[in-house]
Amino acid sequence: MAEEKAKLWSSVGKKALMAVTGLLLVTFVIEHLLGNLLLFTTDPDPFNKYAYTLMSLGKLLIAVELVFLAFFILHMYSGLTVYLSKRKARPDSYRKSGNAGNPSKKTLSSTTMIISGLVLLVFVAIHLKTFKFGPHYTTFVDGVEMRDLYKLVYQTFAQPLYVFWYVLSMVILGLHLRHGVWSAFQSLGLHHHRFTPAIYTFALIFAVVWALGFIAMPIWIFFDPLNVRQDVLNLM
Amino acid sequence: MATKLSLNLQIWRQAGPDKPGKMVDYKLNDVSPDMSFLEMLDVLNDDLLQKGEEPVEFDNDCREGICGMCSLVINGVAHGPQKGTATCQLHMRKFKDGETVTIEPFRAKAFPVVKDLVVDRGAFDRIIAAGGYISINAGGAPDANAIPIPKEYADEAMDAAACIGCGACVAACPNASASLFVSAKISQLALLPQGQPERYRRATSMVAQMDAEGFGDCSNHAECEAVCPKEISIAHIARMKRDYLRSVFK
Ligand code: HEM
Ligand code: SF4
Ligand code: FES
Repeated sequence: MAEEKAKLWSSVGKKALMAVTGLLLVTFVIEHLLGNLLLFTTDPDPFNKYAYTLMSLGKLLIAVELVFLAFFILHMYSGLTVYLSKRKARPDSYRKSGNAGNPSKKTLSSTTMIISGLVLLVFVAIHLKTFKFGPHYTTFVDGVEMRDLYKLVYQTFAQPLYVFWYVLSMVILGLHLRHGVWSAFQSLGLHHHRFTPAIYTFALIFAVVWALGFIAMPIWIFFDPLNVRQDVLNLM
Repeated sequence: MATKLSLNLQIWRQAGPDKPGKMVDYKLNDVSPDMSFLEMLDVLNDDLLQKGEEPVEFDNDCREGICGMCSLVINGVAHGPQKGTATCQLHMRKFKDGETVTIEPFRAKAFPVVKDLVVDRGAFDRIIAAGGYISINAGGAPDANAIPIPKEYADEAMDAAACIGCGACVAACPNASASLFVSAKISQLALLPQGQPERYRRATSMVAQMDAEGFGDCSNHAECEAVCPKEISIAHIARMKRDYLRSVFK
């Protein structure tokens, strides 16, 4: 057992842990954008019903949330140890640094993972405070009382500063995913001369599409081309 | 006859292991573009000796890309700007007249500077000693084809075995990780029948030694593959990870 534990925190073990936890966080990111698509409709009900269905899972939802929290902490912890090991392994840095070029995959994204990660941590904290633990508006859908999150979202994204911070964070999420998604496969030893180039390209496409998806939503709501906000905020 | 080059060299000078070091400027004229990079340094050292100054210490031996002794980070890139070659195989025609060229040692905690550009790469020897061998008496060279080995496996093992242990992968890695070197040494045995009995034990003990030497973790930047004089692929790092992770369940 002690030996297994030592292996888990070895240079190879901790990267495997980071990859598994990172990929689980990616599944959350995938699901979250798909849910957000309901915010583009002018009808608040589908989004509120979707959120209500999730919340009515009760204990199951709490269990899933706890698993995500644990994975988030493990991911952060292993990320920090990788960063600290790097600082220790080269105490005296190069006076002139260069890039060797192809086939290197050293990019802005790969060299800023700790920064993008820490920004995501702050983002998630603020995000939870604004929405999950934010003001409790209620609405009735088909006679059932439920939380009006649609209204909260439309209210929040009327603030230019909040929209700016959100968009910036999603650019940074894209940066984290660009390297993270391909890196996770490599960390688990999943390398193949044909599939790896495809995974590397897929990671880029995925990062760009998902970041743009998350960016489109607050911008759409801020400019509110269909004049939804007026109705939604006057409801109460 | 190609024209001669004038170069502004900025070279790391450090008197000894725990002494402070600094970049020192040297001007070198009449450099032939046909010289190798190390011959250019020989000329500089001749100049320095004539002036009664201490010559620049640097490692080298074969000067034909097979021994792995030469090192140097040139303009921020380990083994300089040319792909798939060691510093000793780099020629001055790769540089422009009047160019400023910085020359630094391989920098890593696990590769302490001995003097100037010379670093101690003994950590690599200790990693090999931890498991980079097979524990049987191999006897004389076996007959070719006595043990059938699929061509893809033989090719892949030969690619890994091309590693000359220079340490450029460590020098180039933003984390100073030794993963490419260690994985090449694990792969060359993991792919062949003779390497099977100790395969998983080898992966765990060599990785443990790598970590103990103070190399950083691998972040998959793949900068190592881009500077490796033998163009060793990070596919070997993935194989090392598979073997290591599998060993947890053995
Ligand atoms: C939405 C949240 C997040 C997602 C989807 C995510 C995803 C990923 C993925 C898939 C990887 C690749 C794993 C690997 O290289 O094996 C990764 C790496 C990394 N993550 Fe995250 N991550 C998130 C949040 C964070 C946070 C909050 C931190 C804070 C410290 C962080 C720090 C890192 C670091 C430092 C790396 C790179 C490790 C290395 O260089 O080897 N991540 N992330
Ligand atoms: S893997 Fe390449 S760069 Fe690293 S020690 Fe071997 S030959 Fe040198
Ligand atoms: S001196 Fe032998 S490889 Fe360069």
